[in-house]
Amino acid sequence: MTTVSMTVNGKPVSAEAEGRTLLVEFLRDGLHLTGTHVGCDTSQCGACVVHVNGEAVKACTMFAQEAEGAEVTTIEGMANADGSLNVIQQAFQDHHGLQCGFCTPGMVMSAAALLKENPKPSEAEIRDYLEGNICRCTGYHNIVKAILAASGQDVGAIAAE
Amino acid sequence: MSVTQAIPHDAATGHVTGRARYVDDIPVPAGTLHLAFGLSDIAAGRVISMELSAVRDAPGVVAVLTADDLPFANDASPSVHDEPLLSDGNIHYLGQPLFLVVADSHLNARKAARLGRIETEDQDAILTIEDAMAADSRFEEGPRVWEKGDTAEAIAAAPHRLSGQIEMGGQEHFYLEGQAALALPGEAGDMLVHSSTQHPTEIQHKVAEALGVPMHAVRVEVRRMGGGFGGKESQGSALAIACAVAARATGRPCKMRYDRDDDMVITGKRHDFRIAYKVGYNDEGRILGVDFVQYTRCGWAQDLSLPVADRAMLHADNAYHLPAARIESHRLKTNTQSATAFRGFGGPQGMLGIERVMDAIAHDLGRDPLAVRRANYYAAAQAVATGPGTGQRYGGTHSPKPAASTVQTTSYGMEVTDFILHEITGALSQSAGYDLRRAAIADWNAANPLLKKGIALTPVKFGISFTLTHLNQAGALVHVYQDGSVHLNHGGTEMGQGLFRKVSQVAADRFGLPVESIRITATDTDKVPNTSATAASSGSDLNGMAVMAACDTIRDRMADALATLYQADAAAVRFADGMVQIGAETVPFARAAKLCYENRVSLSATGFYKTPDLSWDRIKGHGRPFFYFAYGAACSEVVVDTLTGEYRILRTDILHDAGRSLNPAIDMGQIEGGFVQGAGWLTTEELVWDESGRLRTHAPSTYKIPACSDRPDVFNVALWDGENRAETIYRSKAVGEPPFMLGMSVFFALSDAIASCGRGYPALDAPATPERVLMAIRQVQNGV
Ligand code: FES
Ligand code: FES
Repeated sequence: MTTVSMTVNGKPVSAEAEGRTLLVEFLRDGLHLTGTHVGCDTSQCGACVVHVNGEAVKACTMFAQEAEGAEVTTIEGMANADGSLNVIQQAFQDHHGLQCGFCTPGMVMSAAALLKENPKPSEAEIRDYLEGNICRCTGYHNIVKAILAASGQDVGAIAAE
Repeated sequence: MSVTQAIPHDAATGHVTGRARYVDDIPVPAGTLHLAFGLSDIAAGRVISMELSAVRDAPGVVAVLTADDLPFANDASPSVHDEPLLSDGNIHYLGQPLFLVVADSHLNARKAARLGRIETEDQDAILTIEDAMAADSRFEEGPRVWEKGDTAEAIAAAPHRLSGQIEMGGQEHFYLEGQAALALPGEAGDMLVHSSTQHPTEIQHKVAEALGVPMHAVRVEVRRMGGGFGGKESQGSALAIACAVAARATGRPCKMRYDRDDDMVITGKRHDFRIAYKVGYNDEGRILGVDFVQYTRCGWAQDLSLPVADRAMLHADNAYHLPAARIESHRLKTNTQSATAFRGFGGPQGMLGIERVMDAIAHDLGRDPLAVRRANYYAAAQAVATGPGTGQRYGGTHSPKPAASTVQTTSYGMEVTDFILHEITGALSQSAGYDLRRAAIADWNAANPLLKKGIALTPVKFGISFTLTHLNQAGALVHVYQDGSVHLNHGGTEMGQGLFRKVSQVAADRFGLPVESIRITATDTDKVPNTSATAASSGSDLNGMAVMAACDTIRDRMADALATLYQADAAAVRFADGMVQIGAETVPFARAAKLCYENRVSLSATGFYKTPDLSWDRIKGHGRPFFYFAYGAACSEVVVDTLTGEYRILRTDILHDAGRSLNPAIDMGQIEGGFVQGAGWLTTEELVWDESGRLRTHAPSTYKIPACSDRPDVFNVALWDGENRAETIYRSKAVGEPPFMLGMSVFFALSDAIASCGRGYPALDAPATPERVLMAIRQVQNGV
């Protein structure tokens, strides 16, 4: 066991972790930040996506120790400073981009990373970017719509309804 | 009016902020232990010895339990007590739990579970349909057979005949949240269980049996699941029982969650089927008689296989009037995971059989498959006045019956009186431009030797109700507090389908309150007992009605009390817009609640509902198993690369009947998600077992569910505008399962594209992976 320190959602934190402790376990079990979900344990579903130094990372694929000293943002740190939903969160809510919600934190985190890189992505770019995020409920339609809306684009462009 | 509004999911804010809790997110007391099963490595045989000392000595291990350590029932079966939680010495499938490790962490438990040294005696595993038929390994004494008319004669006398078969694979649920349970021992032998389950009462029942206590000593709470799709109707029992037994043995809280690989290896999936058919038809393609033999691998334990196989038989007609039909169903017992409920519950498999028949007939006659489908549709429903409280409904005891001569019956003797697929099909084929596109595709295919397009429009008619009639009941508990806030509870569970939101809309409407005034609470066996699984698409139908009954009881009591108080007529008291109007007086709802409290009026009520007009004899295969039918249709276009078998869905148009939708946004979500899941079942999702019975596709790396870019390039979804003719909650229709089967349109579009490659018929099996598509192309090119 060693002590691992990092900044999570703007707050400095330290906790004990074994060498093999995954970042996702560190966040969930160590810090009780359970919004980061484990869907597959094997780096394929994207339910565990967080930001490490601004980059989207699957937290089940990184050791906690590798994030030593890093700036980590989880879904719990995504709301605006006043606690209101940020524009991506609001769009997922308004455009029904969720059903069971289990994939949602990872989707929101991936969407945020995408929009940072590409503030006005096309529908195809969104779909391509979300290749590593699985949703079993929605069929993705409303997720794509939510991200288009969050980027200030017209969702009418994507068919349906 | 809160009903019919497209308001977001009740927990949307919780989900987008990560605050919505699943079982694995519940803060646990210090000292909580974690569980893992040790699994069998062979598919069939006997345990000679289990050497578990290395497991016991592994770091963090607190206890190791085997079947001998279970003080009471060793059973996780939802049906016939044939599913030991831990092996009783017999091994029935590869992945069967043999022993249970209790350790201080999830990882330690899992690592220790790998250390068991199990000596076994192998037996020949029964893995395939052929194996099972040869060994006569089955549930029930023999095949179930239902027949309408003299099928053999009808087929023999028909001007055209054909026969064939279709294989269709199973499907992994891949609920994104794996199975999970947490048991907290209480005082005096009580046990509180948090479970990710669609069926809290079943969990309560099985845990009570395992602990040797009455059901009243076990409380099960379910706030939500991260997806269920049927996979949490019975499959959560093993974890919940294990946690409860270990919690009793150790006196400490116990938690268990399956890792994804374990989940896929241990739990049951959709039943795979082979359906063989013989059909006789006329020049127009109208079926005169059809004979189906359905074979399904049920796996090692009975679980829900009988009702699943029944439902496959019940949907062997899909949308088509069959003058004569014989359906024979073999429920085969195999050394594989115990196949279980999955969205559609056998219905999709039965339907795929008749849709294949339609497609094959059309090919044989050289007709448009849609024309053949339409020629076989049931007669259209006749107009009938409906509306809340009119009390008129087709098929019920008090309803005006259409002239007997026009009513057609299903192969199981139920009158089909609400058939709206003529209208839906007409509207969809127009909006999708079916005829023009079909012609354009033929031209395009003629000009393109390598890429081929295909189009198909397929209908869905799905029966709504549990076929085990007594399950069609529901309860609710509603409290109005003296500040006017409302607490809502019912027996249904939330798995993402928006049930809680819909039911809260009902409650809000009954009290004339905004939905925010209604507090939705976790499903809890302490609040509403003896519930049915949230399954069979019946969640809103049943629980919505029960909630309405409870709300109306309170509302009527309030109206009476307020009328007395204000010397007004109780019948004229109105609840709307957060206010209560009593004669000339109007008071806020909160004030009304306070007044009622002060006048000693009970503001708490239970509600109960049972679906009317059901009668069903599953042995004879005759009766009225369903309250009504839900309808829909989808039109899909695909393009296939004939060199590789790869394909894309270019466009899908859907028109689906949700009755008078309680929440159009939620219903649209069910339709979109259901379609994509159904298309996944028939295209990319392939389960592969090797010859030793090992499931080779046990992770998303090898089992491919649809990803974000797999959906149609153009996707148009619309709700059919019409009320349910049956008296359901606000005349809505169930929407959980029916859209799943819209995915068939993709499968038959692929078949259409492949058919353009040559003269033969593409007898495509499902899932239509690129490999299968390629093989079918070769066959068609060779003219077979
Ligand atoms: S849990 Fe990390 S990608 Fe699935
Ligand atoms: S909403 Fe359930 S997995 Fe995406």
